[in-house]
Amino acid sequence: MAKSQSEGLHLNDVSMTFSLPDGGSVEALKNVSLDLKEGELMAVLGPSGCGKTTLLNIVAGFLAPTGGTVMLNGHEVLGPHSERGMVFQQGALFEWMTVRKNVGFGPSMKGTPQAQIDKRVDELLDIVGLHEFGEKAVYELSGGMQQRVALARCLANDPDVILMDEPLGALDALTREKMQGLVLKLWKETGKTIVLITHSVEEALLLGERLLVMAPRPGRIHKEYGLPFADLSVGADLREIKKHKKFGPTRDEILSMIWEMEEEIMGRKE
Amino acid sequence: MLILAIYIAIFVLAYFVYKLVAKRFEKKDGFTSRKTVTFGDETTVTANRAASIISVLSIFLIWGAFTGSKYTPIHVPGPFIGETSFNYTAVNVTGNSDDAKVHIIVHPVNKAPDLPEIDPSGDSGFARDDRITVGAWRTQLFRAQNNDVSGKGEGYKIVAIDGQPIEPGKRVFIDGGSVRMTAKGSLSYEPSKGWQMEPIWLPAPEAVVSRLIEISRDGYQNVTLMENLGWSLYRVILGFVLGGIVGIPLGYAMGLNDWFRGWFDPIVEFMRPVPPLALIPLVIIWFGIWEQGKISLLFLASLWIMTIAARAGVSGVNITKVHAAYSLGASKFQLLSKVIMPNSLPEIFTGARVAMGVCWGTVVAAELVAAEKGAGKMIIAASKFQQTDIVIMGIILIGIIGYGIDILMRIAEKHLIPWKGRS
Ligand SMILES: Nc1ncnc2c1ncn2[C@@H]1O[C@H](COP(=O)(O)OP(=O)(O)OP(=O)(O)O)[C@@H](O)[C@H]1O
Ligand SMILES: [Mg+2]
Repeated sequence: MAKSQSEGLHLNDVSMTFSLPDGGSVEALKNVSLDLKEGELMAVLGPSGCGKTTLLNIVAGFLAPTGGTVMLNGHEVLGPHSERGMVFQQGALFEWMTVRKNVGFGPSMKGTPQAQIDKRVDELLDIVGLHEFGEKAVYELSGGMQQRVALARCLANDPDVILMDEPLGALDALTREKMQGLVLKLWKETGKTIVLITHSVEEALLLGERLLVMAPRPGRIHKEYGLPFADLSVGADLREIKKHKKFGPTRDEILSMIWEMEEEIMGRKE
Repeated sequence: MLILAIYIAIFVLAYFVYKLVAKRFEKKDGFTSRKTVTFGDETTVTANRAASIISVLSIFLIWGAFTGSKYTPIHVPGPFIGETSFNYTAVNVTGNSDDAKVHIIVHPVNKAPDLPEIDPSGDSGFARDDRITVGAWRTQLFRAQNNDVSGKGEGYKIVAIDGQPIEPGKRVFIDGGSVRMTAKGSLSYEPSKGWQMEPIWLPAPEAVVSRLIEISRDGYQNVTLMENLGWSLYRVILGFVLGGIVGIPLGYAMGLNDWFRGWFDPIVEFMRPVPPLALIPLVIIWFGIWEQGKISLLFLASLWIMTIAARAGVSGVNITKVHAAYSLGASKFQLLSKVIMPNSLPEIFTGARVAMGVCWGTVVAAELVAAEKGAGKMIIAASKFQQTDIVIMGIILIGIIGYGIDILMRIAEKHLIPWKGRS
């Protein structure tokens, strides 16, 4: 019982207050509590500035919260660690390395034998469909290919949790759809715990087993949904899922919820 | 002024001729040629190679034209060289007047011929025919009174040249030059100079080339050309490498640590605007004029540039890359060696190119001040003997080597950091 409680990712009353140079302060997060079981995929939605990135940076260990704790598998998160992998929107690949070197970066940092790294990199490049591109420089790849490299690089480290901050945000609609399928497939095959931040309600609905809607000022959890679509989506045609009878209404509900929050922010500013 | 006008004329003329010719051969199928907005679109401006070639050629053409080069088809009028003469009319104390003829040979500089013989027959009267030789661009004083009968007597004076009256301070133009009367009543002949430069001001291109051949074979003042250039290069490379060895780690430390940055910021920012040449006197006082002084100077010249480049390289690292590396399990040391160092290479290379340029300029200047061997030493020694061709040869070699260094650095940059500007 005690063990199962400590398994997974737990946020306890996490708060983050930024003090501003002009003397004021911003409550980017206030008392956010959250429990993620191993293997869950949680999508996070919310209007701009509601603290999504801040939340992810705290879980990744890049920021220390001003209040509360983050626990992973029974120990407190105090800094970045390879147990928590990160996929950024863009610009996080190392241009001075080939695709292979990028993917193998994590294991080589740990001193894994080269033969083992090579084997793992080959597997991962196969999975993300970049088999022939191993020796290419990353700047020679398209945006979608680069994000697949970023995914593979994250997986190469075999992290317990994968944190994604709008990983598909910079891609065009079609590439994005293909990548959504890939993320789902990887999630099911590897059974990783994933936190995915997105601006697309459809993406959140399709990929999120759980969906968190956040509200701004102070940044907090507004509403949580449990969704059936992610399980249905694995290996299926994503466009078919969008025709599911509950998909449309849920999407509209969330959209108007976020819309209202945005309106409120605008109104308050004037 | 005239040269500038000619140069601008060539520039404009070449442009229109090129446009005319190019229109005939132009293929309107490239992407750039389909662009309608070109003025202001920097990507459509590439150096026109034809313009570069014409530019270099026209410099040599003007150079050749104004120095009487054998290899340029057109020349501006040269100085008068050859034989000429004038008649003068003198009066003596008795009031008689008499004419005499002065034979003149204007010869190329440094090739004085023997004075020509003149036939005294048919020369009557007290004014006697005479002859002078003069080098091109020079003037020659002619004292008729030394030759004429009782020329030193009272009342003797010259009153006309070729029939035109003359008095002290006046000038009369004759074939191939002019004759002026000095305040004391002597005549001074000045051959017409033309538009061409005297070799001592500006030698012809071929003179410079033949000097280059001669000096690369025999050396100059017992030092071979390779030794002179090699010493300069050696100093530059040594100073530059030392500057990099100290400057790059210092820049990294300043980029990574607040104490280092605070400590060295005032020093670096203070030293940056001080031109290395301004340090020469101080360096001479501290380290003496020989190798140690020069290497110290070049070290200082490259040190600040490399420090600032390395610091900028560290500051330029994208924070997401740092975050990515840490969450992939990199240690601080691994972050430094695998992310920060390679990420700063483009900046460091840019800094290195600047530093090499500055060092090369500084070494020549330092050698002008004091050196036993070196490119700067060679030209300053040559200038003392007015060997303008060696000076110009040296300047051209210095320029070519500086340009060559930069090209080599750019090639190295392309191979070593192909990702530059592609993130
Ligand atoms: N370093 C910082 N200093 C001060 N305020 C900050 C800092 N980082 C974030 N904030 C503030 O915290 C709030 C939340 O920012 P955050 O980047 O987490 O929002 P977000 O939900 O990721 O927005 P977006 O959807 O636009 O990416 C914002 O109001 C922002 O201004
Ligand atoms: Mg964000």
